[in-house]
Amino acid sequence: MGIQLDFPAVLERWPSFLGGAVLTLELAFLATVLGATLGTLAAVGRGTRHRLISGACKAYVEAIRNTPLLVQLFLVYFGLASIGLKFSAFSVAVAALTINVGAYTAEIMRAGFEAIPRGQIEAAEGLALSYFQVYWHVILLPAVERVYPALTSQFVLLMLASSVCSQISAEELTAAANYIQSDTYRAFETYIIVAVLYVVLSLVMRAGFWGLGLLLFPRRRRLGTPL
Amino acid sequence: MGGHLNVNHLIFLGQGALWTIGLSLIALAGGGIVGFVIALARISPLRSIRLVSAAYVQLVQGTPLLVILFLGYFGLAAVGIRTSSLVAAGVSLTIYVAAYLGEIWRGSIESVPKPQWEAAEGLALSRTQRMMKVILPQAIRIATPPTVGFMVQIIKNTSLASVVGFVELMRSGQIVNNSLFEPFAIYAIIAVVYFALCYPLSLLSQKLERRMGRGRVNLAPA
Repeated sequence: MGIQLDFPAVLERWPSFLGGAVLTLELAFLATVLGATLGTLAAVGRGTRHRLISGACKAYVEAIRNTPLLVQLFLVYFGLASIGLKFSAFSVAVAALTINVGAYTAEIMRAGFEAIPRGQIEAAEGLALSYFQVYWHVILLPAVERVYPALTSQFVLLMLASSVCSQISAEELTAAANYIQSDTYRAFETYIIVAVLYVVLSLVMRAGFWGLGLLLFPRRRRLGTPL
Repeated sequence: MGGHLNVNHLIFLGQGALWTIGLSLIALAGGGIVGFVIALARISPLRSIRLVSAAYVQLVQGTPLLVILFLGYFGLAAVGIRTSSLVAAGVSLTIYVAAYLGEIWRGSIESVPKPQWEAAEGLALSRTQRMMKVILPQAIRIATPPTVGFMVQIIKNTSLASVVGFVELMRSGQIVNNSLFEPFAIYAIIAVVYFALCYPLSLLSQKLERRMGRGRVNLAPA
């Protein structure tokens, strides 16, 4: 029995595919910005001498990194609903993805912080930079510069993982595909198109992060490598 | 509704957990075999083989596992193969895991110091002998910590097999929840079981990494 593929029947639904792709990018963008912030805070918290704070940050990172995103998503979505807190699927998706990527970001940023030589911090203090100046110019920015490639791959993985949000009926690319395939009965074609779109989205994100890296880190631009 | 969580529910969840472990092992075995071929193909002396394997890795790593699962599930049906959800999930996870393990192992093989290759060549070993007797034994040491770390990803990713109807831990949790409707408690239990499966592997991976790192210069460019 041969395969009969009918792409035109599915491709005529291109506005739905495009809309889904845009929503996926939106979801990924929000979760990346919020998750990067949360993760950096968690990494800073983990490095403090305060036992309670560093312990809490470690627990957060380990709990998230050792459970599936799908379970986290269901726990937040159905869990909150069962105690009477109703949020839209999209906002729950943003929240769950933020919490998820925050834990991975924290681990990456911690590696970045640990790679900063003590001597540089001491030198900055010796130059009478204020506490926040030291933190910003000598610790945070160089740390981000070092781990930038790892961070960006994590954010691309997050965009791909956001497909899971279709399971709580948040509207994004995979959810659009599920809808189109149940409407056209052309499942295989639909998911092939969606797979291609995800590959394109991940290439677009990679290119975007590469350009952003050149803009943000002049040293990387000049030397081709960080520091 | 269906009353309270009882022993039968827990047994059902336990069976789901066993299937999660089983599916993870299937994915590890299948992905390991294909991934090993991918790793070798990525460093093949033949340009065309390198290109094809690189394209495979790029495509799979650019596609969400969920979509690969749907493709496996509906794709096998489209070519007329009637399968169970176990086969569809096993095939899809194999395809997915192979791309990642292939890259991890390629990196490990390539990080065996260059003089080792040259010395083996100088001893007139054939390419196969060089690989089997000199490079791979060293590459396996380098590859172990990240491979154990990736096993955590495999276990977590099997949760997605629930969407094609395979009854592993996640799906059994959904089924129990459908009869009891206590999502908070049930998904918390599920999360704890996943954590119990994954955390020991995470710790092992970290421990192996530290042991490897001792006496070696930091990998990050200084």
